[in-house]
Amino acid sequence: MLQDKDRIFTNVYGFQPWNLSASLKRGDWDNTKALMALGQDTIIDRIKASGLRGRGGAGFPTGTKWSFMPKEPRPDRPNFLVINADESEPGSCKDREIIRHDPHKLIEGALIAGYAMRARAAYIYIRGEYIREAETLFAAVAEAYDKGLLGKNACGSGYDFDVFVHRGAGAYICGEETAMLESLEGKKGQPRLKPPFPAGAGLYGCPTTVNNVESIAVVPTILRRSPEWFASFGAENNKGTKLFQISGHVEKPCVVEEAMSIPFRELIEKHCGGIRGGWDNLLAVIPGGSSVPLVPASQIMDCPMDFDGLRGVGSGLGTAAVIVMDKSTDVVRAISRLSYFYKHESCGQCTPCREGTGWMWRVMERLRTGDADISEIDTLQQVTKQVEGHTICALGDAAAWPIQGLIRHFRPELERRINERNGSSDAPMQEAAE
Amino acid sequence: MADTPQIPDEGETRARWGAFAWSAENAEKAREILGRYPAGRQMSCTIPFLDLAQRQVGADTNTQGWLPVPVIEFVARALEMPYIRVFEVATFYTMFNLAPVGRYHVQVCGTTPCMLRGSDDVMAACKARGLKKGHTTEDGMFTLTEVECMGNCSSAPMVQINDDNYEDLDYDRTTAILDALARGESPKTGTQEPGRHTVEPVGGPTTLTAMVGENHDYRGEWA
Repeated sequence: MLQDKDRIFTNVYGFQPWNLSASLKRGDWDNTKALMALGQDTIIDRIKASGLRGRGGAGFPTGTKWSFMPKEPRPDRPNFLVINADESEPGSCKDREIIRHDPHKLIEGALIAGYAMRARAAYIYIRGEYIREAETLFAAVAEAYDKGLLGKNACGSGYDFDVFVHRGAGAYICGEETAMLESLEGKKGQPRLKPPFPAGAGLYGCPTTVNNVESIAVVPTILRRSPEWFASFGAENNKGTKLFQISGHVEKPCVVEEAMSIPFRELIEKHCGGIRGGWDNLLAVIPGGSSVPLVPASQIMDCPMDFDGLRGVGSGLGTAAVIVMDKSTDVVRAISRLSYFYKHESCGQCTPCREGTGWMWRVMERLRTGDADISEIDTLQQVTKQVEGHTICALGDAAAWPIQGLIRHFRPELERRINERNGSSDAPMQEAAE
Repeated sequence: MADTPQIPDEGETRARWGAFAWSAENAEKAREILGRYPAGRQMSCTIPFLDLAQRQVGADTNTQGWLPVPVIEFVARALEMPYIRVFEVATFYTMFNLAPVGRYHVQVCGTTPCMLRGSDDVMAACKARGLKKGHTTEDGMFTLTEVECMGNCSSAPMVQINDDNYEDLDYDRTTAILDALARGESPKTGTQEPGRHTVEPVGGPTTLTAMVGENHDYRGEWA
């Protein structure tokens, strides 16, 4: 098990104040100037060497992403860093804890990452519903300006750097990087076609990198402790520590920082008090937030919780938002509720997603009560395949995958409901109760 | 769609809001917001300005605020943008209310992580108190909305009421909060689980226990 001294987010539970003076005592902003003096290319090389992969879900190597930014930005086209704090993926609740309890890790990381990619400023796009969290973040940024940690000659480094906080207003799609840029420019959050990629033409048409909150907030500690230290945790290609967010049917849901690749069973036993009703009562797990397919109990129990391990069981790490379902769960309703979520959050730009998400949800609702024909399961599967991969952004894929996972693993349950309803249409259905 | 709010009568809202302008305090805030974006990029202020305007309407009406058409027009003028560009933003984002809401906007999260932990009970408690999805109670006190994941999944189920979250809810705890608000009190925000601080496991953290009592500096233990 990861030791406390190797945890990056030491104030994740907020037992201590978030403010600058308390953060300084925990080691934030400790000679940031010296870290910046390493030089931009060295910082990028060390982040590459640490094996850090993006914590927002896709898992793209962070250092490599930074290296795509122009090395010599033109004065009229400055580089920008945009930090994605639009945490809206059902199950995800880690960035909120970083922002409200350890905001200075994020702000210091923004300075160092922004400097490494030669950015003029960082915008932190925080979801609108995080109202109190945004208040904390605004206050923390103001503290940093007051002490000269940001702004002109930030931290005495000779580098000028600004950090701005931008609040969203309630749209899951703004977590998609190009939708976020659209929203930041004051428009509807509808994703852009790529290419051009943000590193070529992003915010205001300038070179931009979009990183998740956790990816940025771990950077100062990696540089202080060495890339080798960070890479000493987790399996090959899945390095580092990670904030896991466990929700659903465990005895004690929580957010906890652990080493990557920790087996599922160990994660749950050590921090969550086990599965509600014992391990035999485990039905299935959505291991990485609502967008990844669910994994049945037998396959997840000893699976390493990392990018490759979860891909091996047909799912993904995503944001490490672990949604646990025990045998009392109406699993069809659980997935159908996610289908409703995607229907609600589709931005409406691409036809397969706009029409498909609503269509899939309506069929899911009928499957929930068994009010369907057996052949419709296959039709639904085909429709998910027609949505997946046929849209500008990944929301269409994200809407399709949970349903595909359900059909793959729980087809007998879907058929049972249909047969039961057709066989005894007079009997009231328990699942139909609302 | 059935859930789409009825945008109130144009004539009435024009009479009430036609002369909308920033209060002195909000004019200062608006200037500060403009300063966050590069020159010529004031369009980036659309969302912050609409939020500020909705809050000012809320303060004027002692509710959570909404965006009457003349107020959206005011924001468009302030940012030198065509009205439609601002209106489409106001309709795209769920936090902008296109119709009046009550004193308290009760937003129950119903997405799967909350559903698994009992958001049905939270919704039932709201219904039992006379709240109805998409409607405001007759006394103008509560508007009930079911919202999508609010990012409080490890302390689910939850409700956001105005600017505050109430987490680890059940039927009785939800009722108690609504009762307290109706009495004009300010119930404790955050988790409602006795003894729980934030998102650590109930019963105390399994990690970082040194942080509970003191602002521990782990650097001395770094090898």
